[in-house]
Formats: sequence, C-alpha cells, structure tokens
Amino acid sequence: MSVTRRHFLTLTGGAALAWDFLLAGTPEESPNYKMADHWWGMLIDVTKCIGSGNCVRACAEENDVPDGFFRTWVEHYHVNDWHLENPVVESLDGGMHGFPVVPEGTGKDFFIPKMCNHCADSPCTQVCPVGATFVTPDGVVLVDEKYCLGCRYCIQACPYGCRYLHPTKHVAQKCTLCYHRITKGLTTACCEACPTGARQLVDLKNPKDPIHDFLKTHSVQVLKPHLATGAKAFYNGLDGSVR
Amino acid sequence: MLAFLGLRAYFVPHSFGQYGHYRGDAIAEIAALPIVHAGHQTCETCHVDISGEKTKGKHAGVACEACHGPQARHTMDLSIVPAKPDAAVLCTQCHEASGAKPKWFPQVDTKEHSLGLICTTCHQPHRPSLKGESK
Repeated sequence: MSVTRRHFLTLTGGAALAWDFLLAGTPEESPNYKMADHWWGMLIDVTKCIGSGNCVRACAEENDVPDGFFRTWVEHYHVNDWHLENPVVESLDGGMHGFPVVPEGTGKDFFIPKMCNHCADSPCTQVCPVGATFVTPDGVVLVDEKYCLGCRYCIQACPYGCRYLHPTKHVAQKCTLCYHRITKGLTTACCEACPTGARQLVDLKNPKDPIHDFLKTHSVQVLKPHLATGAKAFYNGLDGSVR
Repeated sequence: MLAFLGLRAYFVPHSFGQYGHYRGDAIAEIAALPIVHAGHQTCETCHVDISGEKTKGKHAGVACEACHGPQARHTMDLSIVPAKPDAAVLCTQCHEASGAKPKWFPQVDTKEHSLGLICTTCHQPHRPSLKGESK
C-alpha cells in the first residue's frame, strides 16, 4: 500500500491527537479509540509455548506485580499414558524463570500459559458487593482499586484462580489485559515479550483481526467451558487433561 | 428524604453508573497507568540497522524487549543505557532442549552443542545463523 504525503500527515496528526488524550487517561474521548468498537480477548497457542517465562516476567514488570503473586503464569503438565485424568502440574515461581529440563520419557509434557479469561459473564464481577470489579464496554474485566473493600469475594469466585489480594494495598488485583497499553494501540506486555507468538491479543469486533479465520480453521477451546463464563482466553492445541 | 439524597450525592462518586454498576472514571484511571515496555515499533524507529538485520533471520518475530527487557524509560531518556543481556542465561531459557518444548522449536543440549562456550561466540543474536554465514 502506498502512503501519500497527505495521508501520512493526516495519520500522524490524528495519532498525535489521540496520544494526548490517551496520556491524559481519557480513552473514550480519544478520536481513535472508542470502547464500543472493541471486544478484547486473548489467543493462547499451546503448540507454540516453550515455557521461557518471558510473559510472566514482562507482566510483573509492566504491572508492578508484587513478589510471589502472578497475573499470568505458566504451568508445566506431565500426563502419564495410563493416567490421563490426573496430570502432574507444576509452576515454580509461576514459571517466571523458566522450567528445569524435562527428559524425554513416557507420557507427554507441555506448557500451559494461564491468565484472567476476561469472561463476558464473569463470576467475579457478579459477587462484588460494591461494584469495584466490572466488565468494561470493550470486554476487559478490571478492578477499581479506589473502590475495592478487599473483601476477597471475587478471589473466591474466580474459577480460574486469577486474582490475588495485594499484600500491602489490601485490594484485589488481576490481569488488566494491559488496558493502559491496548487503549494506546499497543499489544499486552506478555504478547510483546513472547518469543514464539504463543499469545496473541485479539479484538473480536475487528473484522480484519486474523482471529476470525483462526477460530474457523482450528479446534479452539476455553478453560472450564461447562461453567459458561463466556471466557475470552482461547486456547489452541489444548489437551483434555488441562483444568 | 432530603438527607438521604444529600448523603447519596456526597458519598456516591459522580461517575458511578456512567457505563454500569461501577465508577466510570476507574476506566480512565487504569488506562492512564504508565507504560513500561515501549513496544518493538518504538525501538525500530531508532535502531533501524538492527531491526533490518533481524528481519532477515529466524528471530524476525521476536520483539526487542523479549531479550532486552522493558525499555520505555530508555526511550524517554536516552542517557539510560540498557544492560546487555546475559547470553549464557538468556539463550538457554528458550533453546535448551527439553521434552516439554514443542518439537518444531529449535533446541539443543548446550553441554554437547557448545562445550561450555557462550552462544554468542558463534551465533549473532539478531540474526542467529553462524557468524560469517549468509543466513
């Protein structure tokens, strides 16, 4: 596609204007970002995950996650051929520093990145007594730290174990899908740092997003589908033993 | 009744209910949090030579900050010089052979493969063919 001088100046002018609004923290007023035009989710391709831990480290650095807590983490699964229903799962330090070498042996081994599923019908938002956790109009589950009582109901309600209570702030925290980045046209920190593209930020309302073709042509699943949470973390190549 | 309305107006934030049963201003506050990873597009605006070299090799899809760590502060203040990654640790985190890694991914037993040499002795990290090779 050729870009004329006129187009270039129009685009950069618009981007600069949008950047001012976004830095000021008013995404809805930005001429380029309208919450109603987006419905965010994440594609996690298990067949590409190498367990490097880059995503966990990037998330911790981007979001100032306290030590010992995780907004995303990676699990190593070992599934014995004769015990498919009972895999051995380990995630030392959330996989932040990678994993020890796994020798070739019986059964199968693989890595599963996990994070908030940004459910459309999320149990965590339903139980919050004060409206401190909510789903934004663009489909991201967030926590209002100024309004959170620290009652922990949402932590108990999340079926995926994706929330924690901040040890000093005493408020619930979780993955924000890097809302401060995606509203500025950037991808999430975990997607940025993933060396194999195992994680992809997806916008289900964008007709040009490759996710639409991917969903048509791959066997994609969500975690715990029986709970009907409307999870938007889509897994490709998910083994049946993953819980 | 007037007391109730007065107290309600005082205690309930003005943006509560703007989008739903929550404080609407919280969205803007979270969107305004500082960015720590600059993003590879930002890196490539200055480091044109390295990004050009990278696109020719197998690390073309690997973003700069996947190896160099978050660099937003560096982009705002060029006097902050990023530390050079430790190749002895960094390369093996991805490429050390393991039964849990997908078979398609390039991986080696480093003890056998390099006999203790650091990967960058032979491989150029931005275009990880053997040094001197065209590809």
